[in-house]
Amino acid sequence: MLTYTLRRLLLAIPTLLLISLVIFLLVDLAPGSPASEIPLTVPPEVRMKILEALGVNEPLHVRYLLWLKQFFWVEPLNGFDSLFGTNFAEGMQRIISYQSRSPVFPLIGERLPQTLTVIGTAYLLGVVIALPIGIYSAYRQYSLFDQFGTMFAMIGFSVPTFFTGTLFIIIFAVWLGWFPTKYDTTLVVADWESFLKQLRQMAMPVMVLGLANAAAISRYMRSSMLENMGQDYVRTARAKGLDEQVVVLKHVLRNSLIPVVTVIALGIPSIFGGAIITENLFGVNGIGSALIQAIRGNDLPMVQTLAFIFAILIVAFNLIADLLYGMLDPRIRYD
Amino acid sequence: MADRALPVLEVKGLRTVFRTRGGEIHAVNDVSFHLERGELLGVVGESGSGKSVTMMSLIRLLPAPPADIRNGEVLLNGADLLKMTPEELRKVRGAKVGFVFQDPMTSLNPVFTIGNQIMEPLRAHMGMTKAEAETRAVELLDLVGIPDARKRLKAYPHQFSGGMRQRVMIAIALACDPDVLIADEPTTALDVTIQAQILELVKELRQKLGMAIIWITHDLGVIAGIADRVMVMYGGQVVEQAPVGELFANPQHPYTRALLKTVPKISGGREARLKVIEGQPPILTQALMACPFRNRCEYRHEACDKANPARRAIDGRPVGRGHDVACHWHAPAAQEVEHA
Repeated sequence: MLTYTLRRLLLAIPTLLLISLVIFLLVDLAPGSPASEIPLTVPPEVRMKILEALGVNEPLHVRYLLWLKQFFWVEPLNGFDSLFGTNFAEGMQRIISYQSRSPVFPLIGERLPQTLTVIGTAYLLGVVIALPIGIYSAYRQYSLFDQFGTMFAMIGFSVPTFFTGTLFIIIFAVWLGWFPTKYDTTLVVADWESFLKQLRQMAMPVMVLGLANAAAISRYMRSSMLENMGQDYVRTARAKGLDEQVVVLKHVLRNSLIPVVTVIALGIPSIFGGAIITENLFGVNGIGSALIQAIRGNDLPMVQTLAFIFAILIVAFNLIADLLYGMLDPRIRYD
Repeated sequence: MADRALPVLEVKGLRTVFRTRGGEIHAVNDVSFHLERGELLGVVGESGSGKSVTMMSLIRLLPAPPADIRNGEVLLNGADLLKMTPEELRKVRGAKVGFVFQDPMTSLNPVFTIGNQIMEPLRAHMGMTKAEAETRAVELLDLVGIPDARKRLKAYPHQFSGGMRQRVMIAIALACDPDVLIADEPTTALDVTIQAQILELVKELRQKLGMAIIWITHDLGVIAGIADRVMVMYGGQVVEQAPVGELFANPQHPYTRALLKTVPKISGGREARLKVIEGQPPILTQALMACPFRNRCEYRHEACDKANPARRAIDGRPVGRGHDVACHWHAPAAQEVEHA
């Protein structure tokens, strides 16, 4: 397992380098330049100076290598400095956002907590709801419960989040007045009162996203359970005189979880990616809306960096999913 | 324990129906038989004759729906399995009745260790602690001839060959010292040398442990080698039943005779082609009003179309106790003995 992990980690390096090149080139192809954000009243000499300071006029390969160096060397050093109060990274050029003229990473760091709390909770809630629904739906296939589960999943699947989101706002915020329509990013959870407030403002985005997540995962769980329920070893387990609960929740579930765990693990990077639409709808100032703002503002370094971070996460969770697979299924051994 | 003179298992008038979209399939039709203590009853018939469904109906292992056990009594030591609550039945399965299935490659759970799967019934039925169950599991693996048993407890099914997995299945079935072992074509999926090993193992275990065995197979050679008594099934019913020597010496039912003719012979000249029974076993979408074998039978006459023959005794002993057959046709008394 260890050699396998190491081999996969080493293989990830060329993969990520290739991805970084593709991302960099693609984003670079986009029309517009940081100059378009500079007001026309600024004199041309000054404009040139600004562009030079941003490094925009360098040739493509120089900019790419510089960006790589900044991403893998300067930014980690900066992170180290801010953690331990050292100053290794002093004087080194960081990745600068065109829009805000400040380093990209602290900006991302500001956005990440919102995304993780709201979207992470939604994902977790989705999984926690979906697994029992999927298991019980499969166990009582075609029962009333299963029909409701199927309908619930169909709705979650097919109704887009901007619709459910708006609907929830109308019902729960406008008519019933239970929850605020807007998410207040500045809220600091300090006591019980503010914690409740935080819960209330999280409720709607979490429900909207949780519904969508739960729909997909419950379907995976159900079909995986159904597939295993008819297997010979289940009959063996029953013939051994085991409790129905043991048969289903031990023998069938353990086998059924193998593909579902993979799906769940592969879905985790999407938490960091944020849910662009939901974040915008409820005014959650997270990564998703940061990405949208960066794209609108021609903020190439920000877009490149965010896209590359997502790529790293996806590669990492692919590896994690594969390792989990090996742990759950003894037939797969990586050595 | 119940009275020694009573059969360990007695099945009366068992009837199982599958409800499907296309209507009902009558898979088991009024099957009655018994099993003495320590006896090995062979059940033969081609695919679709209702052998497996009958045996699975006994301990209600068929998924319901679509299976529906309509009628009958299954008395295990005098207690009717068909009237039991699921919880009572659970205490019978694996404890009093052990089951070995056809395909050892898929009958074990791939994600749990062999040890875990052997210990499960021990802990569920005998209330053993983990350590006790482990000791017993090692004994069982030894018993079924798996070397280096203690180490093998930690192995997973995929690390075992087909023959070894079937040995493990037998160990699981025997774990709680059952009164009855039902083996549903346990050697069909194995190659011939492994088949022979498993047969030897079962013979040996039977002598050691003395449980009664129901052995389902379509291989008459296997039956001749190990069974005390044979029951031939066709169309979901018992068409002939006799002690093994009697059945091979004096087969009465045309189906039994045809089956015996399909067995290849090693001695004698080479025949051009192996005999086959033309046609397919019927799919019974309605209750039988005529003999199920009539379309493939060379002795068919009017009576066969009018009524489904009841079992009748051949040797004067009560039906089920001696030699009986369900056929309108009376075989001529003098039989040339083909497969003694």
